[in-house]
Amino acid sequence: MSEQSDRAGRFPPPSPLPQVGEGDSVSPTGDTMKKIRIATCSLAGCFGCHMSFLDIDERLFGLIELVEFDRTPLTDIKHCGPCDIGLVEGGVCNAENVHVLKEFRKNCKVLVAIGACAINGGVPAMRNNIDLWDCFQEVYCYEGGLECGQIPNDPELPLPFDKVHPVYEVVKVDYFLPGCPPSGDAIWKFLTDLLNGREPKLDYEQLHFD
Amino acid sequence: MSKTITIDGLAVPFQEGQTIMDAALAAGVYIPHLCHNPEFKPHGSCKLCTVNVNGRNVASCTMPAVEGQLVLSDIAELNAERLALTQMLFVEGNHLCPACEKSGNCQLQAVAYYLGMMSPHYNHFYPQREADASHPDVMLDRNRCIYCELCVRASREVDGKNVFGLSGRGIKTILVVNSASGLLGDTDLAVTDKAVQVCPTGAILIKRQGYAVPIGQRVFDRLTIKDVQTGGSHE
Repeated sequence: MSEQSDRAGRFPPPSPLPQVGEGDSVSPTGDTMKKIRIATCSLAGCFGCHMSFLDIDERLFGLIELVEFDRTPLTDIKHCGPCDIGLVEGGVCNAENVHVLKEFRKNCKVLVAIGACAINGGVPAMRNNIDLWDCFQEVYCYEGGLECGQIPNDPELPLPFDKVHPVYEVVKVDYFLPGCPPSGDAIWKFLTDLLNGREPKLDYEQLHFD
Repeated sequence: MSKTITIDGLAVPFQEGQTIMDAALAAGVYIPHLCHNPEFKPHGSCKLCTVNVNGRNVASCTMPAVEGQLVLSDIAELNAERLALTQMLFVEGNHLCPACEKSGNCQLQAVAYYLGMMSPHYNHFYPQREADASHPDVMLDRNRCIYCELCVRASREVDGKNVFGLSGRGIKTILVVNSASGLLGDTDLAVTDKAVQVCPTGAILIKRQGYAVPIGQRVFDRLTIKDVQTGGSHE
């Protein structure tokens, strides 16, 4: 895509994150140091990766000592401000996805594509070989149980693309976390590596495409 | 006195007529590969098994072992090329693992895991490929075909049926079926045929058994392809 040629100039390489104290310890006086700011969003995804993120369970209490959330479905903040880490779930299937993704890339020092859809289009990309008009007609007109089916056509609806693309085909992505969804343990391993200034590395059992 | 080659510093014995791949597999040394299966004549097309022999890169599945060869295989440079080749295979087809019955038992996926593939890296082709559900027991989904020709070889050499073939050239290559209609249902392919068993990906699947083993408990969920292919699975 055309963005690729000039994006290296616009977006500097990921800078080291502010460190969160020594080792993996969680400081109870987190208010004296700057917390890592994280934003998350789901583009053409199912929020399954967000659900899996919540599967880190009680580890969330430790995490919240180290991080604060910008735009996420948890905070209901509508636009992403300057952040350290952006987690993007889902592929790019319409114009709104591109706007959100570019906002994340502009504001996040480190951008992470999380889940199969963000990485190769995933299940939404199964429509890539079906004509978009045929697809709409099947869903909104011919599908069983519909009455007076019609294809939504409101100016507020974002323009759909003929194909779903992974996020790295639109903006530069710093890290990838595959899985459908990645397990809570994989997400925890990835985040703790990143927060502690290590290159994120998954164990073999944590690397999954399904 | 048995003859030996050296692979990554390890002395590996070989018999006359063996390839480097044959000798490596017999000695439990893993060289990544997809189009190669020891039961069939080497094909040499996927190039994942490329090794450096006395300074030159060659396909280890086709290169005869010769006394004294110095072979480099598990080195950063070659593994980076193997990763790039695997990523190209992913973007050239439609490999959507979450929606594939073969996930967890797929050798393409397992090689990607082994090489630490975190993304397909390249822009996706999303090619238009046809699936064929006409056969009562066997599903053919060309979206997942990597053109290893194992089904072609198995059908021709073992089943004696010549059901499959490759047609076209380069990026336009497709897997074709040898019947007047071009449909699998109009061939004499049987579900017990070798050609149905050898597909390394989910291109050829036996119907009605897709999720008999749950996701998460499959071969490559627990073991690396290195462990599986050097642990006697081919023997």
